[in-house]
Amino acid sequence: MIRDEETLNQLLDTLRRFVRERLVPSEQHVAEEDRIPDDILQEMKAMGLFGLSIPEAYGGLGLTMEEEALVAMEIGRTSPAFRSIFGTNNGIGSQGILIDGTEAQKQKYIPRLATGELISSFCLTEPDVGSDAGSLRTTAIRDGDHYVLNGTKRYITNGPEAGLFTVMARTDPDNKGAGGISAFIVEGDTPGLIRGKPDHKMGQKGAHTCDIIFDNCRVPAENIIGGREGVGFKTAMKVLDRGRLHISAVCVGVAERLLADALHFAMERVQFGKPVAEHQLIQALLADSKAESYAGRCMVLDAARQKDEGVNVSTLASCTKLFCSEMVGRVADRAVQIHGGAGYMAEYAVERFYRDVRLFRIYEGTSQIQQLVIARNMIREAQ
Amino acid sequence: MKVLVAVKRVIDYNVKVRVKPDNTGVDLANVKMAMNPFCEIAVEEAVRLKEKGVATEIVVVSIGPKAAQEQIRTALALGADRGIHIETDEEVQSLQAAKLLKAVVDKEEPKLVILGKQSIDTDNNQTGQMLAALAGMPQGTFASEVVVDGDKVNVTREVDGGLVTVQLNLPAVVTTDLRLNEPRYASLPNIMKAKKKPLDTQSPADLGVDLTPRLTTLKVEAPQTRKAGIKVGSVEELVDKLKNEAKVI
Repeated sequence: MIRDEETLNQLLDTLRRFVRERLVPSEQHVAEEDRIPDDILQEMKAMGLFGLSIPEAYGGLGLTMEEEALVAMEIGRTSPAFRSIFGTNNGIGSQGILIDGTEAQKQKYIPRLATGELISSFCLTEPDVGSDAGSLRTTAIRDGDHYVLNGTKRYITNGPEAGLFTVMARTDPDNKGAGGISAFIVEGDTPGLIRGKPDHKMGQKGAHTCDIIFDNCRVPAENIIGGREGVGFKTAMKVLDRGRLHISAVCVGVAERLLADALHFAMERVQFGKPVAEHQLIQALLADSKAESYAGRCMVLDAARQKDEGVNVSTLASCTKLFCSEMVGRVADRAVQIHGGAGYMAEYAVERFYRDVRLFRIYEGTSQIQQLVIARNMIREAQ
Repeated sequence: MKVLVAVKRVIDYNVKVRVKPDNTGVDLANVKMAMNPFCEIAVEEAVRLKEKGVATEIVVVSIGPKAAQEQIRTALALGADRGIHIETDEEVQSLQAAKLLKAVVDKEEPKLVILGKQSIDTDNNQTGQMLAALAGMPQGTFASEVVVDGDKVNVTREVDGGLVTVQLNLPAVVTTDLRLNEPRYASLPNIMKAKKKPLDTQSPADLGVDLTPRLTTLKVEAPQTRKAGIKVGSVEELVDKLKNEAKVI
């Protein structure tokens, strides 16, 4: 936790420079190779990016939500693939263990997550289970001092790279609801944990997802998060707000980057004897994008500050995620439009970002799920 | 071995500099400031000497307004052990800076003083040389390689047309050139730890230095904007213009 403007500014300055000098120049290479180069990955680990939200006692930075959001905005100014590789360690990959794990579990895993030595993954989604986590099918059946896991998990972020998985599985087959679900810590080399082939995605090349299959995978009983059954789903729900605000902040950063690229292009590109930025219809595209990205920034920071003050921000986090992910979609569309024909060409970053940002409206809860959360919370509060 | 590194707060190298409308100087209002790039190289070299076990303590010093502490903290985050801030809001010219640094050298008695060869704001390229003269130390300027060898230091210098290697007796002053090293990024945990490293503040009066400027700036102007080029119709026309108008061939 920083809570000190000078140190925070120094941190953001350093990060801004790292993004500008190291990450932005290798964006295209990462997209073409579908891989983050090892030297850059090492630099990201050395910088401490894998432990942003992890408490200082476990070797992380222990950033507040507002501080983490500001960091995520800086990281958003480059390809989302870079954020993806350390996103899980700061979010759902570590937070479950931090919130509900036993001290022994924390001591064993969290310091290695903070340094990036271990990359983590979170396994909730299944072929037939998305946001309706209550209908989860993966099972974990007790057998002596182990649990035996069976089932398939889908679109698991960092699945190919992860050394540690937090896995949601049903420990009580009779309880069809959320209360029958427990969370397990599963090490990547556990026999019976099988990784599928990396998925072919629309964008965000360099960030990987795959199926994770559990085939009679025996996990020590001590690896159940919190040491008891039935807390798993609640664990997952507790970390949603943080993840939604984090993604919203990334959306704001990407929107600001897209707008900077579009503005730069519009001021250089000449049509009808003057830069296209001086044509009023282009100005409208620029102005709308600026206003919307600023609105997104304000929403993220306001919700983050309230979360830091201990306010329940479930509704605000969903509002922010809904607005920011849709907003960056519109900004990306306008950025392509401002670029004209060039915007359709892969040599300009806006073409890649246009595909990358499509995911923001889908993961961490689709826009439609956010709408449901918002409206249901409104109705519940009014009753 | 103790190493003293001087760092300067200047306009960030990415900022487009604007001259004040009355031509008295550069507009610094709300402009992003950062550590002078050559000073970053100086800090990096000191940190590398410490990592090699040659340096045992790195002291970083900066002269400037209160905000210059940001640059000292950056150096501390990069690996310096403690900071000295000589606080002043006055304009500090090369000679005054050298005198202040000389006072710090007298007190700290470092074996090696590393400075940037120049700062990107005024480009004077004087402070290191003046400090060496005032302190009676040998100097190795524009270093592209620094190798400490017992009580001597070998400094490879970039000069017109090649490299010169000089051997200096320690204590000595070294100023850094661009190719000496590639500075690292401070890690985020180290930035937070730097908050807890000692930082001592002093005033020019404490060090007995009079800051009265010896030079007066008459006028500051932006470089002339480049004139638009012309298109020529043929190679013949190009050759003709180069020969008869530009007179370059």
